[in-house]
Amino acid sequence: MSAAGAHGGEERPRARSRPGPNRVAAAEPATAKREPVPAGGGSASSDGTDTCGSGARPAGRGFARRAWLPGADPAGKLLAAVLVTAGLIPVVDPVTSGIVLAAGLMLVPFAGLGRARLLALSVPLLLMGTSIGLVNLVFGEEGPMGALGAAARLLAIALPSLLAAITSDPTDMADSLVQRLRVPERPAIAVLAALRLVPLLVEHWRALGRARRARGLDAGGNPARAVAIFAGKAFALLVRAIRTGTLLAMAMDARGFAGGPRSHARLSVWRRGDTALIAGTLLLLGTAHTLSLAAGTWTPLTF
Amino acid sequence: MSPAGAAGARVELADWGWRHSGRSGWSLRGVDLVIEPGQRVLLLGASGAGKSTLLHAMAGLTGASGAISGDEEGRLRIDGGPADAARGSLALVSQDPETQLVMARSGDDVAFGPENLGLERAEIWTRVHDALDEVGFGYGPDRPTAALSGGEKQRLVLAGALAMRPRLLLLDEPTANLDRTGADRVRRVLEHLLRGSEATMVLVEHRVAEVVGGAANAGEAEEAVSGLVDRVVVVEPGGGVVADGAPSAVFAGHGRSLAEQGVWVPGREPRPRLQPGTPGPAVIEAADCTARAPGGIGLLDSPGGRVLHGAAAEVRSGAATALTGPNGAGKSTLLGLLAGLDAPEAGTVAPRGRLADVSTRPLAKWPARRLARHVGTVFQHAEDQFVTASVRDELAFAPRRAGMGPREVRRRVDELLERLRLTGLAAVHPFTLSGGEKRRLSVATALSSGASHAPDVLLLDEPTFGQDMRTWRELVELLAELRADGRAVVTATHDSVLLDCFCDVEIALKDGYTRPPIARTGAAVGDGDSGGAAGSGPAETDGGHGHDGERGSG
Repeated sequence: MSAAGAHGGEERPRARSRPGPNRVAAAEPATAKREPVPAGGGSASSDGTDTCGSGARPAGRGFARRAWLPGADPAGKLLAAVLVTAGLIPVVDPVTSGIVLAAGLMLVPFAGLGRARLLALSVPLLLMGTSIGLVNLVFGEEGPMGALGAAARLLAIALPSLLAAITSDPTDMADSLVQRLRVPERPAIAVLAALRLVPLLVEHWRALGRARRARGLDAGGNPARAVAIFAGKAFALLVRAIRTGTLLAMAMDARGFAGGPRSHARLSVWRRGDTALIAGTLLLLGTAHTLSLAAGTWTPLTF
Repeated sequence: MSPAGAAGARVELADWGWRHSGRSGWSLRGVDLVIEPGQRVLLLGASGAGKSTLLHAMAGLTGASGAISGDEEGRLRIDGGPADAARGSLALVSQDPETQLVMARSGDDVAFGPENLGLERAEIWTRVHDALDEVGFGYGPDRPTAALSGGEKQRLVLAGALAMRPRLLLLDEPTANLDRTGADRVRRVLEHLLRGSEATMVLVEHRVAEVVGGAANAGEAEEAVSGLVDRVVVVEPGGGVVADGAPSAVFAGHGRSLAEQGVWVPGREPRPRLQPGTPGPAVIEAADCTARAPGGIGLLDSPGGRVLHGAAAEVRSGAATALTGPNGAGKSTLLGLLAGLDAPEAGTVAPRGRLADVSTRPLAKWPARRLARHVGTVFQHAEDQFVTASVRDELAFAPRRAGMGPREVRRRVDELLERLRLTGLAAVHPFTLSGGEKRRLSVATALSSGASHAPDVLLLDEPTFGQDMRTWRELVELLAELRADGRAVVTATHDSVLLDCFCDVEIALKDGYTRPPIARTGAAVGDGDSGGAAGSGPAETDGGHGHDGERGSG
């Protein structure tokens, strides 16, 4: 299988004119395909869905031009986040985690996040970090250094995963996981299909509430009845979700999803930048541990 | 793999029957049918006659490994093999696009089927582009599926089916859930397909004119049908094939009985002559209402766009008010405000007259129990209506809340079940009913506490869309009865027949603005002036439901 086949379809002739196994060259049409927004594509509703259902699109709307992280391979980003987690779990000192956290924060401008998203993400993160630091400070046995270490470690582990998740389009993530990391295909597709149904569930929840009002059911300030109605709605939502899922599974079956080998319409491309990201992550972890050891602050996790 | 324009598949059913698990009766039984390669078959039958089941069986969804469970008898063969072996060479398009789209981006969704066939990447994208062109999609393959309208989604589903280059194309009321504009476009694509492809096709559609275009009279419609489908097959609930042949022959020989069963036979559309309403005093008045579409729930979601700008509407007792306008004009939103289900962002929706005697607070502030007693709502999607887990409970819900004793509730519900032709299905979950059955039940839930307890105002969102003709006629007569009883009826509708024969006042909406009301059916909009036509139309009174097939066939 050569990389010459079009991954987008838009730029097929160009892709074919540059055959060969050079993945980087073949990658260009893929990004080119994503750049132009189709005529009439920039409507308010599509903006709404981007934020609601699918998160980020590489170098697409809502990202700054210099955004580099959204264009990186999702599996690479996920792998980097896993490496950071693995590298920081054994240590509890603030220096190792602090260095990794600082590096992570330096990546944030390249995530191309808008101000609103940045705020929406940083507030819970800061709350999380502060509260775990405070709890450790008050109840912990390690003193202020231990508390700072716990907070920095948590944030240093959480930030890369969050960045990986929010800068990756779910479809690209699934493609990448399946093609790069050999994740089983059917579950990956099933998760994608389920993601598409999330906004539908929101709509169903609203419809359930209106139906109850129209039929004369409300709590009327009675907390016990409010709980009963909520439970009824939740169960009804479950029934609807299962039903919707069944119908979707039927439709997928009818489209030949049930058996046989699949091919891939989209080629997940691994670029030099992705290799660099992994290498950089390993280098960063090595540096952090070395510096901390050299400074004599390095503290392993003990039970 | 399969060459472009592959020859059609051969479908063979011998003494075939199906019973859904948990049901006592057979959906279909003793079906003998052979469909030759390349034939285009229109499958007709009353609501609940098992048409969808038959399509699902042909799509291989009922076999041992299929998604639908139940008992099967007889033989079903596609090209001599079992149906599930033919998967990949057939495609199914059902009513609701929401449950058929898999991917977040349009092009990716169309590519899903070809991927499952294991095609080469270049071939996949050629097919995707061809299929999108064929359905006149109008956007690039990167368009998010969530940003599409219902009609656009359904065309995308169709493109996804075509991209598989199926040898057997199964279409299950592909336009039933769409508004008129969306349905029109899907229909044009279908017409084009039916003319140009070699695949075998089976189409279920009870509104025959919806498929063949707006044919004005019987002759024209029949001609149009024969141009598109070679054959019409009629199945019977719990039975097999009752009529089979060329469209003209079937419509000539069985037109009357088909119409009685609820099939919209060309040239036999109902033209009920109803006495116009006599608009009385206003009961609900909306003034200067502004409303937004609901936004998402996420932290990062922005509120929805504004869908109503300073809308005004007056609902009068004893009259039928229609809210009309293209899709997205704000009809459903305005209906929700008038029903007291949602509060306007600005402006007022206030009770007047009889309703103001109950309470003068804005409708959206009424407690649900009081609201339900005086204002009834029937939602556009029947499934949105249901709050219980069985057909019987749905019907018993309102009478119980109206304070009737268990014995009386039981009697009422049994009577309603009989009238709705749902007697055998009292214990099943409402979601498992067929499309037409759900529709009948959803309307009945709003009226099940009886005429004397019927709400003062009944609001219905697209009540006639996708209905079979029998349900349509019964519904219109029921609504006329309520109106004659002095109740106010409000419908958001695209249905021109309903508009012409039933609605007294039309409030047209465009881009969120309301136009001044227009009088229809001779009823005056002016204060208290009664309708002009004096008793010429036989407004049907109770007792005529369910067995007056003559009316529509005049």
